[in-house]
Amino acid sequence: MSALIKSLALSALLLLGSGVASAYTLEEFEFDSPEQHDEFRDLIAKLRCLVCQNESLAGSQAELAQDLRNEVYRMMRAGQSEDEILDFLIERYGDFVLYDPPLKPSTYLLWFGPFVLIGIGAFVVVRTLLSKKQTQDDPLSEAERERLQALLDAKHAPRSPDS
Amino acid sequence: MIPELGHLALILALLLAIAQAGFPLAGSLTGNRPWMTMARPLAYGQLAFVAIAFAALVQAFLASDFSVLYVAQNSNSLLPDIYKISAVWGGHEGSLLLWALMMAGWGAAVAAFSRNLPLPVVARVIAVMGMVAIGFLLFMLLTSNPFERLFPVPPEGRDLNPLLQDFGLAIHPPMLYMGYVGFSVAFAFALAALIGGKLDAAWARWSRPWTTVAWVFLTIGIALGSWWAYYELGWGGWWFWDPVENASLMPWLVGTALIHSLAVTEKRAAFKSWTVLLAISAFSLSLLGTFLVRSGVLTSVHAFATDPERGLFILLFLCLVIGGSLALYAWRAPEVSEGGRFDLLSRESGLLLNNLLFVAFTVLVLFGTLAPLIYEAFNLGKISVGFPWFNKMFLALAPFLALLLGIGPATRWKHDEPWRLTKTLWIALALSIGMLALASLPAISGGDQWVPIGIALAAWLLFSHLTLVRERLKHKHGSWRQAMLADFSGNGRSFYGMVVAHLGVAMFIVGVTMVSNHEIEKDLRMSPGDSHEMAGYRFEFLGAQKVNGPNYRADQGHFIVYRGQRQIAELFPEKRSYLGGGMPMTEAAIDAGFFRDVYVSLGEAVGGGDWALRLYYKPYVRWIWLGAGLMALGGAIAVSDRRYRTARARRTAPTEAVAAKA
Repeated sequence: MSALIKSLALSALLLLGSGVASAYTLEEFEFDSPEQHDEFRDLIAKLRCLVCQNESLAGSQAELAQDLRNEVYRMMRAGQSEDEILDFLIERYGDFVLYDPPLKPSTYLLWFGPFVLIGIGAFVVVRTLLSKKQTQDDPLSEAERERLQALLDAKHAPRSPDS
Repeated sequence: MIPELGHLALILALLLAIAQAGFPLAGSLTGNRPWMTMARPLAYGQLAFVAIAFAALVQAFLASDFSVLYVAQNSNSLLPDIYKISAVWGGHEGSLLLWALMMAGWGAAVAAFSRNLPLPVVARVIAVMGMVAIGFLLFMLLTSNPFERLFPVPPEGRDLNPLLQDFGLAIHPPMLYMGYVGFSVAFAFALAALIGGKLDAAWARWSRPWTTVAWVFLTIGIALGSWWAYYELGWGGWWFWDPVENASLMPWLVGTALIHSLAVTEKRAAFKSWTVLLAISAFSLSLLGTFLVRSGVLTSVHAFATDPERGLFILLFLCLVIGGSLALYAWRAPEVSEGGRFDLLSRESGLLLNNLLFVAFTVLVLFGTLAPLIYEAFNLGKISVGFPWFNKMFLALAPFLALLLGIGPATRWKHDEPWRLTKTLWIALALSIGMLALASLPAISGGDQWVPIGIALAAWLLFSHLTLVRERLKHKHGSWRQAMLADFSGNGRSFYGMVVAHLGVAMFIVGVTMVSNHEIEKDLRMSPGDSHEMAGYRFEFLGAQKVNGPNYRADQGHFIVYRGQRQIAELFPEKRSYLGGGMPMTEAAIDAGFFRDVYVSLGEAVGGGDWALRLYYKPYVRWIWLGAGLMALGGAIAVSDRRYRTARARRTAPTEAVAAKA
């Protein structure tokens, strides 16, 4: 029963989160030129909707996302540059607001970590390749080979060399 | 009464699983034949009882028996019957039961189709599957019983999550689970081989078709999920790098590495311990995916109940399975001989690089999915790892994979000469470079450098594989068509399966490249009677009206799409409110085509009959799923290869006698 109540509460929360969205479309934000509109669009696509699951500010219909879109619009209209707007938002919400985490010491792990691991993998592969060149061919004994052949060769299925 | 029968059947299935994990294994170790022969009947019995439990739950859903808590939470008397059935796996408990059913099904299939395998091997494989089944059945009975009763009985159920009331999603989880669980067979074969201490080419040949079948299901399952997200979520994307998508992608990536590595093990008896490690990883990642999704460690639309008790159980189970199998691996693998010699330029090397790249992709996905958790755990701040990070990382590696994919299959086993390879592939190379130049024209590329690269790589795959087919048929008799047909009904299935799957990759690349760079998205407000022109299509909005569905009410927009003067489609996107409550759902309307989709999704009513809505033009988007479909088809063709069929028909003594000595 408590599980039922819990999930009901959860769906109510989700409902609140999604909000009774007021009218919105990106077209309704008016700019002096189409270029500026594109710039606006690109900018909000880089920002994360803070209350959503994996959605950008451009895609989200949540209320907070709409407020933030309006905020960004207002700042752009006030003549602030993209960097100024981003700095302001990062100051207020942290790096989390950026969809693409910036490259800085605390994110080195994120950006370079995988490549270190891949590098280690590549090293192992290269070592294997080089050692394989040196290994004795066919470590199987003659008896083993025959046994293997018996296992592999279906009497009725002639094997093609390269399939 | 019926739910109690279902519950009882689950308990009996657990007891059978315990016997299944114990007797055959003990028998195989002590040479006790009667105990080993128990494996097959136990596997069938396991399937029978889990199926009874599953049928009981299906019956509870069809009868809308809301005295069962799980039914009350996930169904509703107004729900159409087909969704009442799919609602069985719409929540946590039921999806576990589906998992258990499939596990038992795979176990019974191994029992039925392994007549030619030596008894000790069959006994060990089925025993390992029994061990995994114990884990899942215990999990269900201890923490997630789908048959739990509810009192007082509510008059109405809470309805299935509207997102899941859709045909694509009705079949997406079963396909995905077939894949996940299917890797348990590869896992069981690997463990059985480790237990027996006998890892050879025969082992690879036995487990190869099973692994490929599992991979085919997983491919279809993931593609269905992507397709569903595209048309159902209403923002036109096909992959979101959502933790749950990633959880299903990781086993797929490792599974892809595995089916390639198995080829080397079968043909050349090399990479044996590496293949075993991949088999263990593929299944472990399937379990990890389940853990990530179910435990609520990562929040997502897919996360059902979040319950620490369940999380703890899965964590323990995971540690036991992964830790246990790795310990066994560490103990046994050093004894495994590592196969024959091969040169730097050889098929083996190519497949090793394939494995390196696929494992690298897996590491990327795992890292990106867990990075936010790692950062939080070590107080490094909250970071957001989303599509930009994943896209950059994948794009850094994917071109190498595609290049290699054109070369690898043309390379000979063991040793090849650079000049021979060049001679074979130079035409394909020249044609691809031609495509690169052609696609670099601004009219095609639209000024983006990825378009020519993607097109050229796809062309490279197409032409190099056509070359392979030509080379293969060169020395055969008759016209190329006759030769190909003869080859196909002869021993060529695994070759043609490979070609089809690789052409699927080419198709996928074209789809991704084109839709990522040339799609057009418009976000606008329209009044009834308005028209909007986009990408050569004119969208006329005729207005929206209220319509009633079986368990929802909707606003339905009416659009007519023209190309020039010609009407090409009439679209009815909907915004649905389900009577069971929850968020309103967008039901996009799509005019699908081979070369492009036209997509309309309704946003919000803005007042005065106006609507906020989105229009999309999606060139080549179908190629993404068609490509995945070709990959799956290729796998299916490869599995139908004659050597597996004859192997199945053959029950001769030598195999049994030789392997029994092991």
